[in-house]
Amino acid sequence: MNLKKLVTGVSGEKEFLLGNEAAVRGVIEAGVSIAATYPGTPSSEIGNVLSVLAKDANIYFEFSTNEKVAMEVAATAAASGLRSFTFMKHVGMNVASDSFMTTAYSGVNGGMVILSADDPSLFSSQNEQDTRNYARLANVPILEPSNCQEVKDMVKYAFDLSEQFNIPVIVRTTTRVSHMRGVVEFGDVEDNSSNNENHWKRGHFNKDPSKYVPVPAFAGDMHVTLWDKIHKIEDSTNKSDLNREIEFSTDKKYGLIASSSAYNYAYDVVKFNGLDVNILKLGFSYPFPKERVVEFLKDLDEVFIVEEVDPIIERDTLACIGSENLNVEVHGKLDGTFPIYHEFNSDIVADGLNKILNFKKDEDIAFSQSLEKLNDEIPSRVPVLCAGCPHRAMYYGINVAIEELGLKPSDVIFASDIGCYTLGINPPYNAADYLLSMGSSVGDGCGFSVSTDQKVASFIGDSTFFHSGISPLINAVHNKHNFVLTVLDNRITAMTGGQPNPGIPVDGMGDEAPEVSIRKLALACGCDYVRVINPFNLEQVVKTYREALERDDVAVIISKAPCTLIKGLTKKPPVKFIESNCNKCDKCVNGFACPAISKINGKIIINESQCDGCGACIQVCKYGALEAGR
Amino acid sequence: MDNHYSIYICGVGGQGIIKTSTIIGEAAMNQGLDVVMSEIHGMSQRGGSVSTELKIGGYNSSIIPKKGADMLLSFEPIETIRGLDKVNSETKIVYNTHPIIPSSANKPYPNVDNITKTLKENFKHVLPINGTQLAIDAGSVLSLNMVLLGAVTADDKFPLTKESVIEAMKNNLKPKFHEMNLKAIENGYKSIKN
Repeated sequence: MNLKKLVTGVSGEKEFLLGNEAAVRGVIEAGVSIAATYPGTPSSEIGNVLSVLAKDANIYFEFSTNEKVAMEVAATAAASGLRSFTFMKHVGMNVASDSFMTTAYSGVNGGMVILSADDPSLFSSQNEQDTRNYARLANVPILEPSNCQEVKDMVKYAFDLSEQFNIPVIVRTTTRVSHMRGVVEFGDVEDNSSNNENHWKRGHFNKDPSKYVPVPAFAGDMHVTLWDKIHKIEDSTNKSDLNREIEFSTDKKYGLIASSSAYNYAYDVVKFNGLDVNILKLGFSYPFPKERVVEFLKDLDEVFIVEEVDPIIERDTLACIGSENLNVEVHGKLDGTFPIYHEFNSDIVADGLNKILNFKKDEDIAFSQSLEKLNDEIPSRVPVLCAGCPHRAMYYGINVAIEELGLKPSDVIFASDIGCYTLGINPPYNAADYLLSMGSSVGDGCGFSVSTDQKVASFIGDSTFFHSGISPLINAVHNKHNFVLTVLDNRITAMTGGQPNPGIPVDGMGDEAPEVSIRKLALACGCDYVRVINPFNLEQVVKTYREALERDDVAVIISKAPCTLIKGLTKKPPVKFIESNCNKCDKCVNGFACPAISKINGKIIINESQCDGCGACIQVCKYGALEAGR
Repeated sequence: MDNHYSIYICGVGGQGIIKTSTIIGEAAMNQGLDVVMSEIHGMSQRGGSVSTELKIGGYNSSIIPKKGADMLLSFEPIETIRGLDKVNSETKIVYNTHPIIPSSANKPYPNVDNITKTLKENFKHVLPINGTQLAIDAGSVLSLNMVLLGAVTADDKFPLTKESVIEAMKNNLKPKFHEMNLKAIENGYKSIKN
């Protein structure tokens, strides 16, 4: 498919879309003017697609420095009467939460929608938290689409809902919804054309401090207003078509309540096993549609609650049963029918239902012993730093410097951060000992330096440094902390698929943009020792780390070299292996561990299709067995 | 009843697995069939194992249950083994015999002939093909994914026509590569049909 179809596609047309692409179509159909994000998988492709289409769709789009900033950009746009959209992953909500919580109080003028993508089973995240808790914490409505069509439709509907009640609305996806592909039928596009010279429509902010400035005198009233809204919206959830019953049963002994991707598994299990169970699908799950749920429950003997991550619908259902004094048994996460953590699938849901309904007939396939043996023998294939990745050379170099200084690995704490470089955790680098969140490596450096006598080496990416590494660096300087901070400036936000950040001269819509200097920022924070190094120059790397590790202040090393995945980079010819020079020390394989170098049947092999010719390995080999290609 | 067909596609990041799956999905949509697909992005792209799951015909969930695949299409020998929990005794197992040695291998790479022998001992429909060679024959090793796409279309139970798959290929790949990829699809198709 040509992505432009997301803008030009007309009502009734169908495309096979990724959930994240469907979200973009929903945004376009809704006539959104302003969109902002910080990339986070599984929501990243929304930004990748918007950055290509923003101008065609009359949308202003930016990759903000972090999710809180993106939330503020969207909130002010909505306060100015425009439809605005911000999106992130579940942990991004933590960063955005400070402003998000108050946006619920001040409310919106134009529609404001926040899409947050949860990641059950942590495919690319540091925790499994459930965004639905934020809807309850802030008291804002939440929608839970279960497939690509619903993503598009619910994103669009969320804007109407937001404007109807002047409140931000959350759309919660999960990895399997964001990264699902399905057939999506397009709807009408709301006209978003503008008469001014800019691409996007401009609004107007009408001053009203009692609505927008939550000083205690005003905020108390705002909280009352928010609760009024929530009570009114509860009426909508009870009547909403997004909460609907799917009938498979006639005798109504068993029922099942499900949402999001978990609903898909439940539906398939009930349908394909012919189970006598009716399903209540909750697509608009907060404010909790209590009346709708009670109506569903009242004839049942037992109900299954199928939801991913936290037992939220389950607790609300138990509350309904308690307050209405119903006699319905609840099977969910809390009684162990379904797992309390990790992603579900049809097998897990079927196993849970089977505990009560006893419908499964498992036919076991007997395998030969040789297959069992083969299964145990296959090597693992874990994600690693790419061939030609500048981070590898730098991790190698710091480990050499540590050794040369006579330090043991246990003498140095590696505080890591969120990004590709977290893969430095793998042997032989073992370069990740502690990690909390975006920007935490710098704050962790502060803490470790006062709470231990160990050396601390913190690592942070360029995008992550802009996201939330600067304020802890100021903290480090002012409080006289002592650690080495390495900013791994690979000129891109690599792990999420290559989005720009303020360190490069291009913005989210592909226009030229001022490049913000990390070196100048570090100097302005008050760091005395700031060095920009080329990670592929091993001698320079080792020398700089030796110097930095011997200091007793905050030393900043900016390791600057582009990510090897950036399109259009000129690559050098692959490195050549000179067998006659090889001393068989295996340092290139075991010590440097580049995926382009392997040892097969006792012989070193360079995989020419993988090797970028970065040349770092040439410096690792003392015997001249690796040389630059021509 | 719906025309049910589930394909589990696996291999290594960078082999064109998602593109291949999208082409099948789009072809299914064009033939008026219900189709859902699951793909994972992010960390797994860095040389890790990659898989997609495609389900045609009336499913809500995009994840294939255990033993639920009609076709296991594997781009790499040991990834075939990793995908076996989706396989039942009737599943067609089509895989490329050219190995990609994991860089951080904790164990030696098993002998590929032994993999084939062991699979044939255990399953009825085991179809190894040297897809990498067939891709080179078609014009470039990069057309491996189209070779394997061609192989899927040769399965008797596969509900889509070769023509609609080719149409979807053309809609998804640059015109200057169409001829080579057509040849690749043909090579893959023939290797299974014969």
